[in-house]
Amino acid sequence: MNWLLVVIGGAVGAPLRYLTDRAVQAHQGPGVAYVFPWGTFTANAAGSLLLGILTGAAVSSPVHALLATGLCGALTTYSTFSYETLRLAETGRGFLAAANVVASLLTGLGAVFLGAELAGGFGG
Amino acid sequence: MSEQAPEELPEPGPPAAPQTRVLGAVAAGGALGALARYGALVLWPTADGGFPWTVFAVNVSGCALIGVLMVLTVERGRVTHPLVRPFLGVGVLGGFTTFSTYAADVSGLLVRQELAVALAYMAATVGAALAAVWAGAVVTRRLLDRGARDVRDGGRAA
Repeated sequence: MNWLLVVIGGAVGAPLRYLTDRAVQAHQGPGVAYVFPWGTFTANAAGSLLLGILTGAAVSSPVHALLATGLCGALTTYSTFSYETLRLAETGRGFLAAANVVASLLTGLGAVFLGAELAGGFGG
Repeated sequence: MSEQAPEELPEPGPPAAPQTRVLGAVAAGGALGALARYGALVLWPTADGGFPWTVFAVNVSGCALIGVLMVLTVERGRVTHPLVRPFLGVGVLGGFTTFSTYAADVSGLLVRQELAVALAYMAATVGAALAAVWAGAVVTRRLLDRGARDVRDGGRAA
């Protein structure tokens, strides 16, 4: 039955990422959507934080399927992160492309550690 | 806008669809993408402490496919149905690939003191993902350009 929970989590996580991206872009204003991809960055950071919490809390298998594999997996994305980085590089914004990679990696890792810490550590 | 930055993407290519239909397409795609990733992990499980090959392959293949898709939908506007990109790009490929599991796997390897594997996995995924999205986009652009040339030349010959 875990597969069904993954489906439900994925059906919630992907629209959450879309709405997060839209909200962040609306906050940035029109025309700067491709300057720095803050929307995807925010979704990836939030999903990594939540997955860190779930890892630290050592949740049961069904909860892991629903929230970790399904929700966090679909809330975060590697494909859009890569494409936005490519677009930055192709439009002469190599520094921002590199900054996006470094900032996303460091923030994602930091968010996982922070989440696990908040939930009580990596399984002790 | 186009005179300042000719390479800037048109905003957005296909006509807009109603928000509820877009959200529905994203949700359906996300469910399918997440299920496919879960299926891959069930079929090809990787050991804790080892190189997470399955998530690596999922992320890199998803990046190659989004390179193809974005050229077809946004850059060249070949596929213009307004729900194609929300369903396939934001939904299926976004749900298939994952940043959180990638970050958590790197953290887990670091916690296990598998420093070499952690750094190799972190760097290999970024490098292969960026190479894949670049290759997917470049090959698709070339194929489309060649196709357009062939049609033009064929039309002239006829």
